[in-house]
Amino acid sequence: MIFLKLILTNLLRHRIRSLISIAGIAFSVAAMLTIVTILQGAVGMFSGILSSDSQIIVFERNVSDLFFSNVPASALTEISTWPIVQHADPVLFGVVTSSDHPIITCFGITAADARLRKATWLEGSRANFARQPDDVVLGQRAAEFLHAHLNSSVAIGNGTFHVAGIIQTANGFEDGGVFMPLPAAQDFFHKPGASSVITIKLSDKKFVDEFKQRIKAHYPDLIALEDAEFTRSYSQFKILKATAWTVGGCGLLLGGLGVANTMIMSVFTRIREIAILRVNGFSNLQIATMIFGESALVSVFGAITGLLLGAAFLWVLKLIPALHGYVDVTIQPFIVLTVIVLAFLTGVAGALYPAMYAMRIRAVEALRFE
Amino acid sequence: MKPPTIHPIEPRIVLRASEVWKSYDDGSITVLKGVDFAAREGQTVALCGPSGCGKSTLLHLLGGLDEPDRGSVAVNSTELSRHRSRLNLLRYDIGFVFQLHNLIPDLTLQENCLIPTVAAGINRGAALARLKHLTDRTGLSHRLHHRIQKLSGGERQRTALCRALMNSPRILLADEPTGSLDEETSSTVFQLLLDIAATEGVTLVMATHDRALAARCDRLVDMHDGRIREPQPD
Repeated sequence: MIFLKLILTNLLRHRIRSLISIAGIAFSVAAMLTIVTILQGAVGMFSGILSSDSQIIVFERNVSDLFFSNVPASALTEISTWPIVQHADPVLFGVVTSSDHPIITCFGITAADARLRKATWLEGSRANFARQPDDVVLGQRAAEFLHAHLNSSVAIGNGTFHVAGIIQTANGFEDGGVFMPLPAAQDFFHKPGASSVITIKLSDKKFVDEFKQRIKAHYPDLIALEDAEFTRSYSQFKILKATAWTVGGCGLLLGGLGVANTMIMSVFTRIREIAILRVNGFSNLQIATMIFGESALVSVFGAITGLLLGAAFLWVLKLIPALHGYVDVTIQPFIVLTVIVLAFLTGVAGALYPAMYAMRIRAVEALRFE
Repeated sequence: MKPPTIHPIEPRIVLRASEVWKSYDDGSITVLKGVDFAAREGQTVALCGPSGCGKSTLLHLLGGLDEPDRGSVAVNSTELSRHRSRLNLLRYDIGFVFQLHNLIPDLTLQENCLIPTVAAGINRGAALARLKHLTDRTGLSHRLHHRIQKLSGGERQRTALCRALMNSPRILLADEPTGSLDEETSSTVFQLLLDIAATEGVTLVMATHDRALAARCDRLVDMHDGRIREPQPD
């Protein structure tokens, strides 16, 4: 109890300094949480698009981005006939713009595609998809920000399209996207006969390796990866994740330096007090625990405040119409835990030097001076 | 038949400094010059002498707060250099009272006094019972939950005395304990120190300028220029 009081007393003695330190950690945590959540959400959503009712994704080998991948129609035709394949769905990805919305993801798909099969149809029906070459189906959010409804016309890119349906999906990218019949998308994006990827559902999971071998043998320019394997190895995802954690880590490092500064000041301004504790039998470990305890408290308060700030910021982002469909603000427990642990470790690391300094204070010298 | 001669048994020596030297500033200031000193169990000893004669330094060495450059210091017949842990010495064997009370101002009297018990890991209930006993004796019971800033100089020094005695040390080292108090308060606190030392059976070694107060102790040891003038017991 007294030990805790000693820790709290010092924090309360210099309230402004303590608050500044807590704020430093809080902003770092908020920044890290926001950045990592947004990018993890984006990666998760994009992975979700690819893994919709499928186990394997086939795309062009050695492309830096799936938007540049070209899988020929002939491959689709042949792969579809393999007995181990239950179904093969081609998807052509494209990005289009409309007024006020610089980025809208476009999916060129067939009517049989799982995205349409599994979606909740708010307006229209799957039977009407691709009846006309200019038919599009909009995700619910896309319909909202394009102010579109069934049978209305929407301007997308250089074209005007007829809204043949509005669907609701769990995936933010899809919900904010436009679904075009594959031939129309191939025409629109100038990729005749090609798709970006083919998503594959096998008749049995045990055929995964066999399928990969077949692709390697028949189509050396293509590569087949399981969904989880793709998410792990796709360079864009890796870059995004690394960037997110690095930027967040830098923020946290700055917060940690703030804690270090506070703790150094804290030790320097009470050398005599630490000497008194030593004369009264406090061990090096007890002195260090007190210093680490202070910094841990600053870090924990900072982390909690930062998590609340970050969550509030993400909630605000969710309300921005321009970001509809592109920001998944679901905070994953793993990220929260990682951020808390990192904040705690940063705080503790910030207290390392001050704690070592405090342990080296010689009581007899410290007490000799006023 | 001649009756047998009865020799009184002298209490054992609990503190001993043998040929102790201590310098500061890389040897440019020699504070102690071959000091020999011993204190017996339950004895009250006053170290007297002018400022800078080495009283405080000797107390620090006797309490294990500092180390001699040469010579040895023994507590309860164990040389400090061989003492397994100086920490245990401070926790259980020795209590310190300083001229400046050296209390933590943001804490209450009770919290300040409990610090040594926290360091030593003593049960809170036992610690509070001990504190009650000591504050009853020093007349501070009504001030337990008052912050140090609210206490008078005499109360602060009595609080420091309570804190020094919390873990029931057998040796109490006091460095000018009344040096910052007015004459009347000084006399009261000094007497309290002697009374408690007597009833608790504590060996008290005290540095003081005040020869009148020092005269109340069992022994008066004069120090001058880093040396002791009084002949030492065997």
